[in-house]
Amino acid sequence: MRFIWTVAWRLLREGRFQTALILGGVTVGVAVVVYITAIVNGLQANIIDRTLSAQAHVVLRPAERLNQRGSEPGDVLTLADVRKRTQREATVADAATVLATVRAVPGVAAAAALAAGPGVAQQGGVRKAVVLLGVDLAGYQQVIRLDDKLREGVLALPAGAALIGSELAADLGLSPGSRLRLQSAQGETLSVRVAGVLDYGIQDLNRRRVLLPLRDAQSLLGLGLDVTEIDVRAERLFEAEALAADLHRATGLAADSWQVANGQLVTALRSQSASSLMIRVFVTVAVALGIASVLVVSVVQRQREIGILRAMGTPRQRILGVFLLQGALVGFGGSLLGAGLGGALAVGFTRLARNADGTPLFPIVLQAELFVSTALLATAVGVLAAWLPALRAARLDPVEAIRG
Amino acid sequence: MAEVMRLQGVRKAYGGGASPLVEVLHGIDLTLPEQAFAALVGPSGSGKSTLLNLIGLLELPTAGEIWLAGEPVHAATDTVRTALRNRYLGFVFQFHHLLPAFTAEENVLMPVLAGRGSVTSDDRRRARALLERTGLGTHAHKRPVQLSGGQQQRVAIVRALMNRPRLVLADEPTGNLDSHTALDVFALLRELNREEGTAFLIVTHDPALAARCERRIAIRDGRLID
Repeated sequence: MRFIWTVAWRLLREGRFQTALILGGVTVGVAVVVYITAIVNGLQANIIDRTLSAQAHVVLRPAERLNQRGSEPGDVLTLADVRKRTQREATVADAATVLATVRAVPGVAAAAALAAGPGVAQQGGVRKAVVLLGVDLAGYQQVIRLDDKLREGVLALPAGAALIGSELAADLGLSPGSRLRLQSAQGETLSVRVAGVLDYGIQDLNRRRVLLPLRDAQSLLGLGLDVTEIDVRAERLFEAEALAADLHRATGLAADSWQVANGQLVTALRSQSASSLMIRVFVTVAVALGIASVLVVSVVQRQREIGILRAMGTPRQRILGVFLLQGALVGFGGSLLGAGLGGALAVGFTRLARNADGTPLFPIVLQAELFVSTALLATAVGVLAAWLPALRAARLDPVEAIRG
Repeated sequence: MAEVMRLQGVRKAYGGGASPLVEVLHGIDLTLPEQAFAALVGPSGSGKSTLLNLIGLLELPTAGEIWLAGEPVHAATDTVRTALRNRYLGFVFQFHHLLPAFTAEENVLMPVLAGRGSVTSDDRRRARALLERTGLGTHAHKRPVQLSGGQQQRVAIVRALMNRPRLVLADEPTGNLDSHTALDVFALLRELNREEGTAFLIVTHDPALAARCERRIAIRDGRLID
């Protein structure tokens, strides 16, 4: 409607000071929202990325076996006496069938069988406790990315080869081509050649993890053809919990999602998201109140003009539309300015906050989606905030408005 | 001659409820023929403004009937009265009340824009012709603050005529102007009354101006007097 556009635009242009005030408020508010969202999203994506780079989204293990106490005749009834049994025999016997079942579950991107167990690495009289991890390298890489972790050597696991963590390599003075003696808790030993050195970005893994071909690990750990766990990569990271439940139902194995395995991290991320949401909500409310209060003043100041417009036959809805559109315009305009300012602040932050080596602490996530949703939200908030002033303007009695 | 406006037994009271009911108009009967050029005179507090507001469909009477261009309007809804004001009536106020954010020409076009939501090139031509007719052709793109008081009031008069109303209500249109300019503006009203065929009802305090009108309607204590 041209009347509404023309009048709304002219009134905004005419009331320069008020318009600047409102625009400034919306700009700052939107900038805060964009900045906080970008920083928090960047931080969280970075933390999750680092955490999950060496972890499966869902890990399937044999269900724990519990002692079931049969009921006994007698005076004393023990309701429960549940103790863990040793988990020695807790293995998955039919890995191929289970893998096929797992891969058929919707939401599973990839799955790999592992044979894991404790062991000791020896080299020149130095002994280090390690975790022996037998994998089919091709299948395992579909679950855990390794090519970005290779520091030295090659990413290959022929029989008799091993891929070791970078700290273990340093501790034992190993480099690709070195030989290494592995001993399992079962007493089996195996001499392997280091094919490559991996940096997982996590000290514990760098110090302890030894990747072996699945067959080598199985014989070293005395597992026969059994495996000890199935690692799964989910198609959607944040649906891993639901996927774990589905996998448990499908296989009968205990299924733990990365969220369960990293409970504290997930709690921390959730509370961070919650507080960033709170900040955004309160900033939005403050912006809405700002828009509303300036528009209320504007309506009072222009009440005589509104009265004249009503007297000459302007329908109430058109007056209402003028002020709602003003709210939408300042919301939209402020969101454009604010998105620019917030984006610039976030980029500036990554320039300032750097690691010792000069790389950014974490990458900022500036998605077009964030800008679009913020612009829509700010426009909607502008319209909502303008409701009260607009209603007030539309309900003005022309006689009283003109009398002033 | 056909009538543009008729009032029958119109009463208007304010208050009620907790405050005492005060009747301001006590039964007004008045007929304005088309193309009339009438003055409405009366002291302050005589009910003059209330009568003008009722005729202007800005207020509703407590009792009685009001007919505008043959339509009963004494019980019309706000929406209907708003549309009727836009179509049949023009307003000129003492303090011209132009919209400062708009140029003279845009102010003149405002009744069209307000009523229909948009303007055509025909509307622009009429606005321009009216401004030229009143000697404001060169001021069409000026803002109200750039115009003198007399010029502003002429823009307001042209604005009132833009929609070809049947009746223009002018509330002390010259009250704010010096006597020379006041005479000019008054003369312009008279000329436009003849050229456009629009009826005028002019509230004035000035007996000399009232005497120049075809008809003088006097009101005192809420009653018309002869």
